[in-house]
Parts: sequence; structure tokens; C-alpha cells
Amino acid sequence: MEPFFNFSVITDNFTYFMIGRFPHGPLGGVGLTLYLAVVSCVLSFFGGLILGLLSISRFPAVRYPALAFINLVRGMPLLMVIFWMYFLMPALFGKVAENDTVIMALTLFTSAYMSRIVVAGIEGIPKGQTEAALSTGLTSWQVMLYIVLPQGLRNMIPSFVNQFVSLIKDTSLAFIVGVSELTHVATQINNRTMAFPTEIFVFIALIYFILCYAFTSLSRWLEGRLSWSKAF
Amino acid sequence: MITFKGVHKWFKSLHVLNDINLHVTPGEVLVVCGPSGSGKSTLIRTINQLEPISEGSLIVDGMNLSDRKTDINKLRAEVGFVFQQFNLYPHLSVISNITLAPAKIRNVPKKEAEEQAMALLTRVGLSEKRDAYPSQLSGGQQQRVAIARALAMKPRIMLFDEPTSALDPEMIGEVLAVMKDLALSGMTMIVVTHEMGFAREVAHRVAFMADGVILEEAPPEDFFLRPKHERAKQFLRQLLTPMHAECP
Repeated sequence: MEPFFNFSVITDNFTYFMIGRFPHGPLGGVGLTLYLAVVSCVLSFFGGLILGLLSISRFPAVRYPALAFINLVRGMPLLMVIFWMYFLMPALFGKVAENDTVIMALTLFTSAYMSRIVVAGIEGIPKGQTEAALSTGLTSWQVMLYIVLPQGLRNMIPSFVNQFVSLIKDTSLAFIVGVSELTHVATQINNRTMAFPTEIFVFIALIYFILCYAFTSLSRWLEGRLSWSKAF
Repeated sequence: MITFKGVHKWFKSLHVLNDINLHVTPGEVLVVCGPSGSGKSTLIRTINQLEPISEGSLIVDGMNLSDRKTDINKLRAEVGFVFQQFNLYPHLSVISNITLAPAKIRNVPKKEAEEQAMALLTRVGLSEKRDAYPSQLSGGQQQRVAIARALAMKPRIMLFDEPTSALDPEMIGEVLAVMKDLALSGMTMIVVTHEMGFAREVAHRVAFMADGVILEEAPPEDFFLRPKHERAKQFLRQLLTPMHAECP
């Protein structure tokens, strides 16, 4: 009698799970998941920062479009944004790699959420800090750059981590447009072997967990390293 | 040096400054006192435009604050401000707290800015704290650093908004000593404070405010010995014998 679970489907396809057909073909599996997550993470950090700053601008002509954009994106399912980019980008710019449309969708979506974290972080810095800096003659931009953001960003770290953990998991939605990240690879192998869905999906669940947990631990370590935090 | 002419300010319907007329000459030390909510903090915050005025004219060091062409950042660089809550930058060391503004606004080279900062730290008696962070300092030390930070821009006017009100009693003296030293050096100063000993000893003039109005302006000896206004008399009674104020 055969054992109840058969994890040989994992060991047999291990390289494919990890890096797809790379280096003989395109990167896939965990490698592509990480690539999508890291690139979108970096881009949406800056996207969120810029959107956040625009959304609290003194000038209504800047503030309202930014707020409208943020609310629009936040009111849409991510899956729809992914479809949207997948069909819109090629229509606008000719041929765009599928990976890039997914990165753009993830960046757009995450930036909108990140911008609210940025605003909360900025508003959490006591007003006295801004007043003290203004009273020495610094311009409001210098106050933001040297006084408010350095303190605010540190307070934003836990929320950023939350958002990036969501982002890692959200990359799984890319499978719907045929980008061969981990979930897509898993469905491929599942379709080919037809017999081991439990083993395959338990395995990729574990991988997602490890990725997210590793990222959370890394950021906790980073937070502890920020020198002036110890002074409190 | 500072001239208020018919200055009014409203917070919505609240009339916080009511027809303020005040002139401060160079080198003068003016102490502003009065019960809480009388508008004295608002008054000095208008001078470097942390609070804009609603009506009237305010001229500081030759610059008209109502004039749209006035460069507010330039004005603020000429006017030092010391807060009740110190407001040091917690993420920067003491020396960086002081050198930030000269380095970024006046483009003073780092070495020179640090030398000037050290001279100021020596002046306030804290040269050994140059690399400490604000949270490692006592309240009195933080406030002295805050004074050094304000002086780093070489201001022509210094404003103090209740600089000792948030301090433990045993630290008040060290801050007042620095302020007295500054006054004796000829700095133009406006000080909102309840430290009547400081007012008596250092101030050239005392202004008493209540409900947004300057009720009385007099040299300290006249103000303390012969207050004219009933509100001022009451205020001084409460200040000198707080325990008995409730039951005359």
C-alpha cells in the first residue's frame, strides 16, 4: 500500500519550484516571486513616499489629484489592477513584459496603501518639532527632510513591514496572467502530475510562510539597529 | 526693533490678541506675564510668525510681517525662539541639533559650524555633552541646549516662551542664569515667564496681559511695588502667596 502523502513530487521538481527553468529559460518559482516582491517593494516605498507627501501638500491642485488617485486605487481589488495593467500597458506602450505589468500593478496598489502609512507617520511627529525647526529659519521642505521624515520613517517601519508581507503574498495573484511565480509553478506541476495537490499546496504554503517570516525577522533586527532608537 | 501697531488676532471667534500696541527697542529685555490664556504665548509667537496676525501691523527688525514680499524664513533666522517643551530633535546629537540650521541655511562649513556650536555649548556650560542625545539630558540641560541651538543662527532677537515652566524646580536656576548672561550681553529679548525674580532682576520693562489685552506696562520696580490695575494686583497676590489666594 502506498503512503498517504507522497512528497517525492516536491523533491523531483525542487529546482523547478525554486527557480523555474532558469538559467536555461526565464526565472520562475520562488526566485521570480522574490524578484517581483523586492522590486515592487522598493518602487512602492518611493511611490508611497511621494504620493503621501503630495496628498498633504499645501496646494489643492496637487493635493486633490493625489487623494483621488489613492482613493481610486484603494477602492479596487488588486486582481483587477493586475488585469488592468496587463491589458492597458501593451495598449499604451506596445509590447511590455508580463513581469513588468505585474510589478507595475503591485507598485501602484501598494503605493496607495503606503502613502497612508507615510501620512500617519508624518502626522505622528509632534508639532513642536516642526515649529522648532521653522523657528531656526529652515524652509518647510528642509524641515520635512531633516526633522520630520527621519523620525517619522522610523515610526513607520512596523506598518511598512505589514504592507510588504502582504505584498509578498499578493505576488501569488500574478499567476492569473501567466507569470510563472511560485503559485503558477505549483498549478503547472499539479496539472501535470494530477495526483498530489495536497503535497504541492502544503509545500508552497510553507514557502510563503518562510519568506514572510524571514522578512519580518529581518526588519525587527533592522529596527533594533537604528542607533538613536536605543536612546529612548 | 519690534513694533506692534493695533494688532488683533482671532482664533475663529476667540479674540486672543486685542489691539496690541508695543514697542521694543534694541537691547531691551521685556518680560511678559499674565494669567494663563491671556494671549502672551500667542503674542510672542506672532513675532516670528509661528502664528500669523489677523489685523494691524507688526514690524520686526525692519521687516513688515504683513508684507507678502517679506521672506519669512529669513526673518525667522534672525529671531531665536525657545520653547516651553524644549523641542530638541531626538534623532540628532546635541552638536547636530545646534549645527543643523547654520549648516543648511547659511552653508557654514561643517568644521566651522562645530567650532561655533562648541563655543555656544561652553557658554551654556554643556561642552562635555556634545555627542549626547537629547533623551540622555535632564530638562534643564535640554533647555540650555535649546538656547544654544537658537543662538547658533546669531539672532538679533531672542524670544522665550515660558522656558522654565516645564522644569523641575532645582533646574530652573541654571536656565535663568544662561538667560541672564544673555541679557547682560545686550541681546534684545522678550520673555514670557512667571519667574518674577528674573523679571525684577533682569527685565527693563514688564508687560502684564489679560484676556488678549496689555493692561499694564511698567519698569519692574513700579510694576511689582505699585501695580495700577486690579487684575495685576490680583495676579501678583496669587503668584506670591498661592496657598492663600483662594481665601483672602
